[in-house]
Amino acid sequence: MNAVLKVSGLNRFFGGIQAVKDVTFEVAPGELKALIGPNGAGKSTCFNMLMGQLPPSSGKVFLNGEEITGKPPRDIWRRGVGRTFQITGTYQSMTVAENVQMALMSHHRRIFAIRPYAYKLYREEAMALLEIVGMADQADRACAILAYGDLKRLELAIALANEPTLLLMDEPTAGMAPKERIRLMQLTADIVRERGVSVLFTEHDMDVVFAHAHHIMVLNRGELIAEGTATEVRNNKKVQEVYLGGGMLFNKEDTHA
Amino acid sequence: MGLFVAQILTGLANAAALFLVASGLSLIFGVTRIVNFAHGSLYMLGAYFGITLMNTLPGAFGFWSAILLSGLIIGLIGVIIEICVLRPVYRAPELFQLVATFGVILVIQDLALMIWGAEDRLGPRAPGLKSVVRIMGEPVPQYDLALIAITPFILLGLWWLITKTRIGILVRAATQDREMVGALGVNQSWLFTGVFFLGSALAGLGGAIQLPKGGADLLMDLNIISSVFVVVVIGGMGSIPGAFVASVLISVLNVFGVAYLPQSTLVLMYVVMAVVLLLRPYGLFGREEKAGEHGQAGEPDRPIRPAGLYGRIAVAALLAVLALIPVFSGSFTQVLLTDIIIFCLFAASLQFMLSTGGLVSFGHAAYFGGGAYAAALLVSYSDTPMEIAFMFAPLAAGLLAILFGWFCIRLSGVYFAMLTLAFSQLIWSAAFQWYEVTGGDDGLVNIWPAKWLSGTNAYYYFTLIVGVGGIILLRHLTHAPIGYALRGTRDSARQAEATGINVKLIQWTAFSIAGALAGLAGGLFVFSKGSIFPNELEIAKSFDALIVVFLGGVKTLSGGVVGAGFMEVAKDWLTRLEYWRLILGLVIIGVVIIAPDGIVGTLRKVSERIGLRRTEEFMK
Repeated sequence: MNAVLKVSGLNRFFGGIQAVKDVTFEVAPGELKALIGPNGAGKSTCFNMLMGQLPPSSGKVFLNGEEITGKPPRDIWRRGVGRTFQITGTYQSMTVAENVQMALMSHHRRIFAIRPYAYKLYREEAMALLEIVGMADQADRACAILAYGDLKRLELAIALANEPTLLLMDEPTAGMAPKERIRLMQLTADIVRERGVSVLFTEHDMDVVFAHAHHIMVLNRGELIAEGTATEVRNNKKVQEVYLGGGMLFNKEDTHA
Repeated sequence: MGLFVAQILTGLANAAALFLVASGLSLIFGVTRIVNFAHGSLYMLGAYFGITLMNTLPGAFGFWSAILLSGLIIGLIGVIIEICVLRPVYRAPELFQLVATFGVILVIQDLALMIWGAEDRLGPRAPGLKSVVRIMGEPVPQYDLALIAITPFILLGLWWLITKTRIGILVRAATQDREMVGALGVNQSWLFTGVFFLGSALAGLGGAIQLPKGGADLLMDLNIISSVFVVVVIGGMGSIPGAFVASVLISVLNVFGVAYLPQSTLVLMYVVMAVVLLLRPYGLFGREEKAGEHGQAGEPDRPIRPAGLYGRIAVAALLAVLALIPVFSGSFTQVLLTDIIIFCLFAASLQFMLSTGGLVSFGHAAYFGGGAYAAALLVSYSDTPMEIAFMFAPLAAGLLAILFGWFCIRLSGVYFAMLTLAFSQLIWSAAFQWYEVTGGDDGLVNIWPAKWLSGTNAYYYFTLIVGVGGIILLRHLTHAPIGYALRGTRDSARQAEATGINVKLIQWTAFSIAGALAGLAGGLFVFSKGSIFPNELEIAKSFDALIVVFLGGVKTLSGGVVGAGFMEVAKDWLTRLEYWRLILGLVIIGVVIIAPDGIVGTLRKVSERIGLRRTEEFMK
């Protein structure tokens, strides 16, 4: 089976610091894969390289067999990658529906159209997408007055606008209330099942990760240290060390205790 | 060889005052992030106070203490300006602060006129330094040598203050991250006030110290401000050594320009600035701006919708009244209305890129005047029929905008604004100094419309149709996908890029459209007046447009048009008064502080509050 996303030997230096070290992995079609790791592990750096916000120092990224390394985000998006951000970046001065319509106009290449009124274009398609994320009832509210959780759901609808084969979600539930987190991840899992989209996401909330991810990768200090199913990762020694401590410093005390 | 050395020395001496003023501006910008356009006014005040004090205080001691005292006084005036005008608007978008400082310029101009009168003042010569020294056979004024000797000490003093003292540490820290400085318990307000004192005092010193070489007049505020901006931008905003190097560079360049290329001294300066910005976008010694720092601050814009039935009826009614004007009133009203419509179109074109696109241009006059000059040149040199020359105006301005826009959109925030300013000054200096072609100060005259448009009535209708057509076109574009995409790039460039939108291409397109429509306004203008002069390309013209967009309401669609209409009528009435600038300046400052939403924005909010207008559906 061909991988949707294939990453091989990805490296990134910031000055003398290596933020991402030789990261290699694949995402299969219809897979919901999590990339976890402690703060500063390099998750966001990884993501930014996948989506083209940041050029890798070396290494390659393939989408459906085509190389996309170093291409600008808008090109990668055109090839069928949707992205949500850790901090939402929706258009504050537009309504909820218009935010989705904007992405649809771009997808249908109507950005430079002069004649039509933008707020009428692709309204129905936008409503269908909002329906999926449960935001249809708020379609005509200004984005600026939405609650944060609603913005996150809106972002998901926008990310679906170009019928992506891959969704990249950077901390999709950051800043949300626990109940909302569960709802949003359930929603994502449903989308994966129904639309056959692959999802790669980073996350801090382990409940969310273990409940939904098919596969989990663990990143620490820029290196992938484990990969596998929830149980495999849970039982992995290295992962336990990273998350629960057990570094050199405490070993002696542990044995004495 | 002698002449060469003498010229370098003159250049170095000229650099003294320029460096003083520029370092002050740079310091203020670095810490407060305010682009203080009134800095030139402080320099002018320094010169006037210097003369008054020098005439009172006797001898060499009096001369030098007069300079120091002027610095002190101007520093205190700067403090007053900072506390009264700028403190209330620190949190507002940069455009607000810019407009506020422009209000200050107007106020100071009229105050200086009241106190010192309209006559140019000659500066007294420095006691003991009145003669010249011969260096390699060339006469060099002693005072020039004194200035050359003093400047390094000032640089050294500033350098010591910034790098070695506690105040300097705070200033440097605030330049890098002022919120952090605030979080660490430093009283930001007083830090800002202190920096404003120092920066203003430097401007005052600069004004006083150049007296024996220059003197004082009422135009020196705007004359120096463009050179100062060039210096600060070349040196890098917030960098004192940068200001020094750039002052020397520009001054020496000017002196040599005068000697070898007298037609291009002004152009040369702006060419250098443009080149530096292209190679090093943040100046020679500047550091990169953090993204988002100069974005749209404050309340986000509201969603927009095309005008509803009532709105359209109201506009149609207004247009019907305008169409009937020639029936009821004389040619005076028609001429005034022609001016107003032209200005409205000009303002609307700026608003398109500024409000919808978040692209704050300081040099929009380049396209207005550029279009006007393009048409006028065609008529003057090839007897082109008016119809063709008129159509050439928006075309030429659009091409100009495509060319300049390509460079400008690579930068953002203040640096974008500065580069647009540099390009507009480039066009202005070309029109001003290229006498053989553009007629220089005498302008181009006898540019009259074709016969069928030559009557006041006919041209009025022509302006009404073309002008209103242009405004409606811009308005429609705002509602079209291109306008939405532009708004998207302003709201979140990252999101736009991540959804397939080429942000720079959209901005470039908007820049070009705005330029072309400003050129259309310029075309209407030149044939209505029958002439064109370089002052239509001046900074003041660009500022007029900025101010009316602001007065009308930045976060509205009709702000530019309403503001322009209001301003033209107000000016028509105000300019009959002697001190109209003072009143206008105070009004501008008042609006910035009290009603930052502008006319349209404030009316909208007030009518919503008292229930005349329903709150828009999407704000619930």
